[in-house]
Amino acid sequence: MPDCNPSSRSGRSWRRIVSTIDHYDKIPNNVNLQRDRKLQRALEKWQPNFLKWWMTMGPEGFQLDDIYLRTAISADSDGWAHFDYVRMPDYRWGIFLADPVEGRTIGFGDVSDVPAWQQVPGEHRNALKRLIVTQGDTEPASVEQQRLLGQTCPSLYDLRNLFQVNVEEGRHLWAMVYLLHNYFGRDGREEAEALLYRNSGDVDHPRILSAFNEPISDWLHFYMFTFFTDRDGKFQLLSLAESGFDPLARTCRFMLTEEAHHMFVGETGVLRVVQRACELMKEHKNEDVRALGGIDLPLVQRYLNFWYSTSLDLFGGEVSSNAAQYFGAGLKGRAYEQKKYEDHVILEDTYVVPTPGTDMVSEDTVPMRNALNTVLRDSYTEDCQRGVDKWNRAIEKEGINFTLSLPHVGFNRRIGVFSDQPITPDGQYISQEDWDSRRADWLPSDEDQQYVASLMTTVMERGKIANWIAPPSKGIKGKPFDFEYVRKYAEEK
Amino acid sequence: MERILFETDPDRYKHWKLEFDGATAILQMDVQEDQPLHDGYVLKLNSYDLGVDIELADAIQRLRFEHPEVKTLLVRSAKDRIFCSGANIFMLGLSNHGFKVNFCKYTNETRLYLEDLVEEIGVHTVCAVNGVCAGGGYELALACEKILLVDDGNAAVSLPETPLLAVLPGTGGLTRVVDKRKVRRDLADVFSTVAEGIRGARAAKWNLVDGVYPRSQFEDRVSDQLQRLNESSSRNDGNDPIRLEPLGGTYTDTTIEHRFVRVEIQPEERTATLVLQGPGSDEPTDAAGMRAKSQDLWAFRAFRELDDALLHLRFNHPTVGLLLLKTEGDPEAVLRVDAALVAERDKDFFVREIVLYMRRVLQRLDITARSLFAILEPGSCFHGSLLELALASDRSYMLDDPDNVVTVGLSELNFDVLKTHQGLTRLETRFYGEPNQVEELRGRIGEALEPEDADELGLVTFIPDDIDWEDEIRIAVEERVSLSPDALTGMEANLRLPGPETMATKIFGRLSAWQNWIFTRPNSTGESGALTLYGKPARAEFDWRRT
Repeated sequence: MPDCNPSSRSGRSWRRIVSTIDHYDKIPNNVNLQRDRKLQRALEKWQPNFLKWWMTMGPEGFQLDDIYLRTAISADSDGWAHFDYVRMPDYRWGIFLADPVEGRTIGFGDVSDVPAWQQVPGEHRNALKRLIVTQGDTEPASVEQQRLLGQTCPSLYDLRNLFQVNVEEGRHLWAMVYLLHNYFGRDGREEAEALLYRNSGDVDHPRILSAFNEPISDWLHFYMFTFFTDRDGKFQLLSLAESGFDPLARTCRFMLTEEAHHMFVGETGVLRVVQRACELMKEHKNEDVRALGGIDLPLVQRYLNFWYSTSLDLFGGEVSSNAAQYFGAGLKGRAYEQKKYEDHVILEDTYVVPTPGTDMVSEDTVPMRNALNTVLRDSYTEDCQRGVDKWNRAIEKEGINFTLSLPHVGFNRRIGVFSDQPITPDGQYISQEDWDSRRADWLPSDEDQQYVASLMTTVMERGKIANWIAPPSKGIKGKPFDFEYVRKYAEEK
Repeated sequence: MERILFETDPDRYKHWKLEFDGATAILQMDVQEDQPLHDGYVLKLNSYDLGVDIELADAIQRLRFEHPEVKTLLVRSAKDRIFCSGANIFMLGLSNHGFKVNFCKYTNETRLYLEDLVEEIGVHTVCAVNGVCAGGGYELALACEKILLVDDGNAAVSLPETPLLAVLPGTGGLTRVVDKRKVRRDLADVFSTVAEGIRGARAAKWNLVDGVYPRSQFEDRVSDQLQRLNESSSRNDGNDPIRLEPLGGTYTDTTIEHRFVRVEIQPEERTATLVLQGPGSDEPTDAAGMRAKSQDLWAFRAFRELDDALLHLRFNHPTVGLLLLKTEGDPEAVLRVDAALVAERDKDFFVREIVLYMRRVLQRLDITARSLFAILEPGSCFHGSLLELALASDRSYMLDDPDNVVTVGLSELNFDVLKTHQGLTRLETRFYGEPNQVEELRGRIGEALEPEDADELGLVTFIPDDIDWEDEIRIAVEERVSLSPDALTGMEANLRLPGPETMATKIFGRLSAWQNWIFTRPNSTGESGALTLYGKPARAEFDWRRT
């Protein structure tokens, strides 16, 4: 790094910023980057490291190919979804905040009706930094988790969707880094560096949250992850979109528009696997899906069990004093705080939280503020259920007698009151031995994953799709399914 | 409140596992969250209460007596990614002021015992911090000689008391950061206000820890460190252990009964009388004999019983304001025991450990927040090591009756190892302005000093004659117990330890006093105080006026 040389310190900044200023023009933004020297100085160092990270930890291969991607080039309704072919390293990762709301006041907690903070209040500096770092850490993590998937894509359409998710997660990292750079001084810059330093699954420098250290080795994992784990992200963003720290709230509001696509990829991905399973069941005389190279529904259920339970852990402890503090301080609200609730102080209310009893799941009534992780998690569960219902309707429509379901909240948990409790997917306590012996009935076994892996052969021809998944009902941005969503670099030559 | 008992043993530990690997003892913290000492809170995330600390103190004591082969102690956690999250906040919230203060005092004493291991007997201590290490967790680490921290982007050391709870890290945290680890004071200021703490390389750079290592190398680095320290330990090989059997005292609301120590409590008067029975004439005088008698040896057993009685008084009898200290027995026998201890302590680790243990018990007496009057009556034996009880007292009353002569006397031990937390003997403390007096007294070792001499030499406070005696004592007691217990606690703490400061006196004086003051202030424990509201839905409100 040139700025390691202390003697050049004083003269350093201005010349370099002038020389790289063209570069900032390429970063679409609505935060006045071209005139913000503080932000420029921070990005000067961070941006090359980000690109280095993208090339080493981002998608393996395909970096020279043209991908039909959506890029946000402005925050308004025309600009947030601009479609064109782009090489991923040239993707214009931008910095966007949703438009400010004139005279916005904080909508909950002990600071209701105070004007929203445009700068970080010193009192909440560390808590806000922690929230942003934790959220920010998940964004590059998922790119790392998914880096090998491109090589086994079931279709060009899916390949493109994978990369769309990846570049947008990269942009979400930028969004969080923008907040760290612009509002948290030197500490913030160090935290932003660390976001590129930690890596998913790395023994020494793992990602902060455990779900983001789980490998995503096949496409069924990918769809489940985007359905369940990205949906946790949606709910975290919804609650942060209410934050009294206005730049955070606006950033999260904009990220939510993009996150919706990721969950669409997950929901339709699982749906298409399920549809294909049903078709193959009808095709085979014994309904043996595996004989015909498909993914059977019980296996889908086991993947579902794993990702749902793992994602529930992301909501933290069922009863949490941090959650109460964050709410009281106006840092983190509930999902749809303004739309859905009337009382935004909730000092008197209580909430019923499931809790382990002696040999059954019991209930505890706790102050609402302390139960906010559970409140958010319950909204999440409802949202998940809607997706599961859609899958079940598709199964029913095919005349197949099988129902997918969400396991009990106590099943397979590592965090919170149900951590390491031997609870079955339908919420029964059994002995630890029984639980261990039945593990493979409920969670993907090595054999399951080997089987799914054996199906993962690359399909890169236009209009073709792998045997284990149905094609989508429609393409991207009005294009047909057989559109050339990814143009190979070699073919161009 | 249910009576708290202080005796335990490794087979009964709930929260720690004590294991051995050659010359290394491994003490693993594995707090059972559903086994708190009292109802009403859960010991999550390796947080601790008095019950956890009683086991820790027991383990340290056993390393000294039962495990002479141990040269290094590794303190670590059995829980993944959690070292220790400190004293349990909900326990503190539920506790009354007196309990909180005594809890902190006890845990502070235990941390010092941990530090004594290396300073006194060359057992090195290493703390392996594998994750969350907050508040009292870091204070536990600070009491170890070396702190190794895993560097995984998450693990941090922190003292979050001020930003989170509006109290202090009162178990030596603030003191050890600047006095022991000599962290620069401005960096210590930053550290003590960042709730999430300091991680990785910065923690090492600021000297908050001694090393940071990635997870994959952590175990190897810990082993390396232990091996290096094992080689440099000054503890001798080849000693046979001394097993610590339970004392088996009996306790009621008004009595504590041991073989050599008994306490009778007069609840109405708010006084207690502690009588320590001196040694018999048959105490062994050589190391082999002492070892053979093992834990029945008077010098060992009587001080273990005294230790236990002091803890019972502190925790189970909070309204006793004045402790009358008495002894019974043959002064010559005490002096023979002292002479034997002095003569044999370099020959056998057991004898040496006994003397060091006497020191710790007497230090516990020094900082017990009760008025202490020594009553020197006919039949008493305040000589040598037992004279220390009188020297530790706030005052002493010695009967001056020619028909029933009471004497006091000195032994080598009064000039040597039985030091207070300041590092001075009680005689040096007593004659802080007259150092020559201590030298003069050295010339009187072994003499039986009668009341007038004792008075002249400044060894006792008053020598009432037999006609005045009863009234003098009665009035002194009645007057004492009528004074404010708070003011007395503060007054005694200030007068007992004149002279230089050490880390220990700063912890028990400065740090504890501030902490105890803050504990009673509304900003921490008032209705909207931060400690009161921790974990509750409402947030703290502060009175912003500084005092």
